[in-house]
Amino acid sequence: MSDSKPSPCIEIHAVDKIFGSEASGYRALDNVSLTIKDKEFFTLLGPSGCGKTTLLRMLAGFETPTRGDIYLHGRNVVELPPRARRVNMVFQNYALFPHLTVAQNIAFGLEMLDWKKPQIGERVAKMLSLVRLEEFSARKPAQLSGGQQQRVALARALAPQPEVLLLDEPLSALDLKLRKEMQSELKRLQRETGITFILVTHDQEEALAMSDRLAVMSGGRVLQAGTPEEIYSRPASRFVADFIGEANIIPGEALGRSGTLAIRPEHITLGAGTPARLRGAVREITFLGADTLFEIAVPHGTEILKIRARLRGRAPDVEVDGHVWLHWPDEVEWGVDG
Amino acid sequence: MKKKPFAWQHNPGFGTFTWAVMAFLYIPLAVLFVYSFNANRQVTVWSHFSFKWFAVVAQDANIRLCAYNSIIVAVAATAISVAIAIPAALALERGPGFKGRALSVGLITMPLVVPEIVTAIATLIFFSTIGMANGLLNLIIAHTVFCIPFALLPIQARLQALGGGFEDAARDLYGTEWRIFRRITVPLLMPGIISGAVLAFVISLDDFLISFMVSSSGSTTLPVYVYGMMRLGVTPEVNAISTILLVASAALAALAFVFTRPPGSEAPAKTTN
Repeated sequence: MSDSKPSPCIEIHAVDKIFGSEASGYRALDNVSLTIKDKEFFTLLGPSGCGKTTLLRMLAGFETPTRGDIYLHGRNVVELPPRARRVNMVFQNYALFPHLTVAQNIAFGLEMLDWKKPQIGERVAKMLSLVRLEEFSARKPAQLSGGQQQRVALARALAPQPEVLLLDEPLSALDLKLRKEMQSELKRLQRETGITFILVTHDQEEALAMSDRLAVMSGGRVLQAGTPEEIYSRPASRFVADFIGEANIIPGEALGRSGTLAIRPEHITLGAGTPARLRGAVREITFLGADTLFEIAVPHGTEILKIRARLRGRAPDVEVDGHVWLHWPDEVEWGVDG
Repeated sequence: MKKKPFAWQHNPGFGTFTWAVMAFLYIPLAVLFVYSFNANRQVTVWSHFSFKWFAVVAQDANIRLCAYNSIIVAVAATAISVAIAIPAALALERGPGFKGRALSVGLITMPLVVPEIVTAIATLIFFSTIGMANGLLNLIIAHTVFCIPFALLPIQARLQALGGGFEDAARDLYGTEWRIFRRITVPLLMPGIISGAVLAFVISLDDFLISFMVSSSGSTTLPVYVYGMMRLGVTPEVNAISTILLVASAALAALAFVFTRPPGSEAPAKTTN
C-alpha cells in the first residue's frame, strides 16, 4: 500500500487510549495504526463504542493518546491543542452557533485566524456558493432545515482551508432521501476542494459508497483497512465479513473440509435437481423487489445451519419446505478464522 | 361506563381548592395594593382614589435615602455576585472534575438552606469582631454572600443545558479560550446571567433580616425602614412603599422573563460528543 505516490497526510502510530486508570480503565483504542493519504476520502467504520469517534476527536485535538503518536504531514501533533492544527470538524449535531447568522458562523474560524475583513467577506461568499446557500446568509441556524444546517456546518469547517476535514456521523440526523443527496454532495465537495476527508460512520453502505479507503474498527482495534472492494471481497475476519454486507459462515466439515468459510448470500445459486455442495430445506422466502431472499436450513450433524441466499431476477421454482441444492463457484468463498 | 384514568384536574373540588389557594396568596397583596391608592389617613377606611401617599413618600428625605441605599446595595451585590457566579459556574460545569466538586456546590448553595436568622447573627458577630462598621460596605458584603447562590443556579443550569459542544466547535475553529468566552460562551449564557442577576437583585432588594442586623443608622435599607415605621402602626405611607417594592420586583421578574425567553425557536440544542 505504500508504493502509491500521494504523500501520507496522517500517520497514526500504535495509539492507545485508556479512559481512567491503566489497570481498571476503559480501553477505547488498542494499538491503532493507520496511514491516510493526501486528498483521500477515508472512512472509519464500526459499531457504536468501537473507538472510531475517539480516534476522530484525537485527530481534532480533543483527546490525547495514552500512548503512541499522530503525525499530520510529518509533524507530531499529539501535544497540540485543536486551534494549533489545520484540521476542522463537522460535528454530529453540527454545533452551529445559535446566536450567529449563517454568514457569521462561516466567518468565525477566519476571524479567529485574524483574517482581514475583505478577505473574510470574499471567502464567506465563496463558501456560501460552494454549499449553495447564498440566499440564507442572514438566517439564524434555527431557521434552517436539517440539511441546510448540515451544509452550513460543512461550509464553516471548510472555510479556513484545513488540511483535513473530519466528519463525525454527519448524515445520521438526516432522513434517507436527504442522506443520499448529502452523500453525493460530500463527494462533490471533496473533489472540488481537494481536502482529505475523514468520515466516521456506523453505516456500512455509506462507507462503501463514499470512501476511497476505509478502516473497519471494533473494540478499539482496526480490524482491516483497505479499499471498499478489497474489504468487501476479501474480509480478513468473520466480524468484518458480517459487518460489511452479509455473510454465511459455514464450518468446513459440512463440506468435508477443515477450517471455516464465508460466502455472501448473493453468490449462492439454488437448484432443485442437480446435486451440488449442500442440500437444505427452504424455511422462508422474502420478496425484496429486485432480489428475493431465501432462508435455508441445512442439517449439519446435530445442528442446523441457517443459510441466506439472495437471488437476483426470477426466483427458481422453489417453495417453502421444498428441498434445494446450494451451489457457488470456488472463487467467491473465502476462509475466515473461527 | 369506562373508567377514566385518574387525573388531578378532573377531581371534584380541585378547581375550588386551586382558587382558594390563589385567593389566600394574592388577596392580602391586592388589598395592600388597592389601599395604597386610598386618600384617607385611616388605612382601613376607603375614601377616594389618590396618588397622595406616593407623593408624600417621594418627598420624605429619610425614605429617599433608604431607597437609594437599597438600590446601591442591590446593584453592587448583584454585580459582584454575578461576577463571582460566572467563573464559579464555568469551573463547576466546564472545568476538569475535581475532588470536592459536590462539596463546593453544597457550600456555595448553603445560604439557601441556612436559617436566615443564623446567617444574620453570625454576620453581625463577624463584623463586630473584626471591628468593621462601614455602613453600606458591610451591607454590600453581607448581601453579596447570600446573592451568590441565586446568581449561580440559573447560570449553572444554562451552562449544563448548553453542553460543551459549542465551545468545542469554537476551539476547533482556532478560538483562544478568552475569545471563545467572549464570542460564544457569554452570549449563549446571557439568558442565565440575566435570570441570575434579576433574582439576586430582587432577593437583595427585599431582604430584611440580614439588613436589619447589619445596617447602622445612616445605612438603613427600605425594608428595614418600613419595619421601623410599622412600630407606629400601619400608615398609608407603608402601603405606598410596599406597592412600589412590589411593582418594582414584579416588573424586574417580567423583564427577565421577556429577555430570557428564547427568541423564535432558538432553544439551545444540547451538544454532546
